[in-house]
Amino acid sequence: MDQPIRVLIAKPGLDGHDRGAKVVAAALRDAGMEVIYGGLHQTPEVIVEMAVQEDADAVGLSVLSGAHMHLFPRVVELLKEAGAEHVLVTGGGIIAPEDMEELSGLGVGRLFGPGATLKELEEYIREEVGRRRTAARS
Amino acid sequence: MSTTDAGRSTSLDRWKESYEKAGERDAAFETVSSVPVSPLVTPADVAGTDADTDIGLPGQFPYTRGPYPTMYRTRLWTMRQFAGFGTATDTNQRYKFLLEKGQDGLSVAFDLPTLMGYDSDHPRSMGEVGRCGVAISSLKDMETLFDGIKLSDVTTSMTINSPAAIVWAMYLVTAQKQGCSLDQLGGTTQNDILKEYIAQKEYIFPPEPSMRLVVDTMEFAANHVPRWHAISVSGYHIREAGSTAVQELAFTLADGFAYVEAALERGMDIDSFAPRLSFFFNSHIDFFEEIAKFRAARRIYARRMRDKYGAKNPRSMHCRFHTQTAGCSLTAQQPLNNIVRTGWQALAGVLGGTQSLHTNSMDETLALPTEQAVKVALRTQQLIAHESGVANTIDPLAGSYFVEDLTNKMEAGANEIFDRIDEMGGVIAGIDKAWFQREIGKAAYKYQRELEAGRQIIVGVNKYVETDEADHELEILKIGSEVEAGQNAAVAKLRAERSAAKVEAALERIRTDANASVNMMPAFMEGAEAYCTLGEMVDVLREAFGTYRETAVF
Repeated sequence: MDQPIRVLIAKPGLDGHDRGAKVVAAALRDAGMEVIYGGLHQTPEVIVEMAVQEDADAVGLSVLSGAHMHLFPRVVELLKEAGAEHVLVTGGGIIAPEDMEELSGLGVGRLFGPGATLKELEEYIREEVGRRRTAARS
Repeated sequence: MSTTDAGRSTSLDRWKESYEKAGERDAAFETVSSVPVSPLVTPADVAGTDADTDIGLPGQFPYTRGPYPTMYRTRLWTMRQFAGFGTATDTNQRYKFLLEKGQDGLSVAFDLPTLMGYDSDHPRSMGEVGRCGVAISSLKDMETLFDGIKLSDVTTSMTINSPAAIVWAMYLVTAQKQGCSLDQLGGTTQNDILKEYIAQKEYIFPPEPSMRLVVDTMEFAANHVPRWHAISVSGYHIREAGSTAVQELAFTLADGFAYVEAALERGMDIDSFAPRLSFFFNSHIDFFEEIAKFRAARRIYARRMRDKYGAKNPRSMHCRFHTQTAGCSLTAQQPLNNIVRTGWQALAGVLGGTQSLHTNSMDETLALPTEQAVKVALRTQQLIAHESGVANTIDPLAGSYFVEDLTNKMEAGANEIFDRIDEMGGVIAGIDKAWFQREIGKAAYKYQRELEAGRQIIVGVNKYVETDEADHELEILKIGSEVEAGQNAAVAKLRAERSAAKVEAALERIRTDANASVNMMPAFMEGAEAYCTLGEMVDVLREAFGTYRETAVF
């Protein structure tokens, strides 16, 4: 049987709105994943360090401050530098559709906006991490 | 029909019988806070409520019906739209637009670097400058923000907390340079650090030195800026973080009492500062629950201020508050519906007797609001004020069995929570134990689960969903990266042009005063005048006070 999925949930930047991040962390935990809650006001550097140390399969970032175009690509870039590009970077917040598209081109996974359901993102993480694990094995 | 007790119970029995026979539609019949709602409230439910001592009259203890005897018959609530984005110049233009459209007071939204005490050119500010508010790095930016707006002619509310004392000092110096005297200035600094640890999470220093700064501003306001509200004790963010209505009410009032106790400990007389305390509540989606919350807030506050803290001046017992409609109730799906949601939330605020009101714009789940969206939001308030007729009489819902019963329940629920907080050792002890944070997190998670199970219905999200939403796309406001570059250049220019000696001397005084038991406001004003940046002044305090890190729980 596969190892449980390990997800790091964190808030990069200066934004303090942690309602979404905490609800998602609780939902993924209840869905059987191992959740590490990285907390608030983290730099991309610290987040990547935590992801590597915790051997996370996925990193979920919550950004409601508008700084997503800076923060998401930075985490992807630092993961690559750390040799951890297999780690899925996903997340959510107040992010315009065209920004989501641009971020997707930069290697960021699916991003979830207001109204997204917990089920949707749980399924997405399960599917995407499963795909990446299979790819790594073959 | 018989009017005897027996006759009445018979008619109630008959009603119950017909009710049960007809049956109920399939729905939860709960408030948005998951409180069950009875199908019918009768005089029996409010038999213990005294018309004089519990409800009373407006302007009279316990102020359930309003802090003032005449309420909106003398003056309507202040229509105050929260705004700030980009540079001080951008926001200055938005303020002039709002004033021209009939807004009464200004309300400043700062960007995250400013809220966290960083200058625009600090590495941690990257990507955040001007995004969710205006960037203010020094007195220079503050002067630009209010250029052409005489500060003795408007009242200004500033949503700033951790570095509130410093930002307020910049405001006071700006006003003085415009030729205004401090006693002419009216407005509010949010300055509610306790709810930062509890909900909004924009803290810098640990609770103890933070409380000292709050009391410094209370004292300075009482002595020098008598028309200023030094604190706006805020439930808004607690609610947005996911609390229930009664948690919002109780946590907020508990925070308010903690400030009262801190000022009393400093040796201040309660009636010297309490008349300038103000509150800030959320007006959420459940219409009557909110109205009851507002009415209960006034009653609980008056009772405690008089009976527990010994206030003598009636104004010390008034719970005056600002209201903002609930951002978290708005949806990205079918955003035009948000105009309607905001409409009845605003109406609840007005029926609840608010002193000022911000109505959210329809596009706020997508981005900062555009001018068009802000105008509709402001017009919503003007429609309620001038067309609905609700402002013609005071507290029109008083005496409604349902509303009075809900008001009583709100008060009882809040009192239970106060007892729990007391048992824990007070608000700061509760923060240290992450109790508030956990309670709010639990409520938020429960709500989301209920939403997804279809027990809470949100139109456009889990019912009446439209798959093709292209028609509803709104034009949104985008903040370009040139804002950050421009701010960085401006801060660099300021650093090169100001007197280094004056800056050094002012920072040294802040360092000395931080470690002494003196009021820090004069030192901050000197720092502002010397064009010390916000980041420079906060850094001195970071060194003196240390910084705070929360226990992360979910």
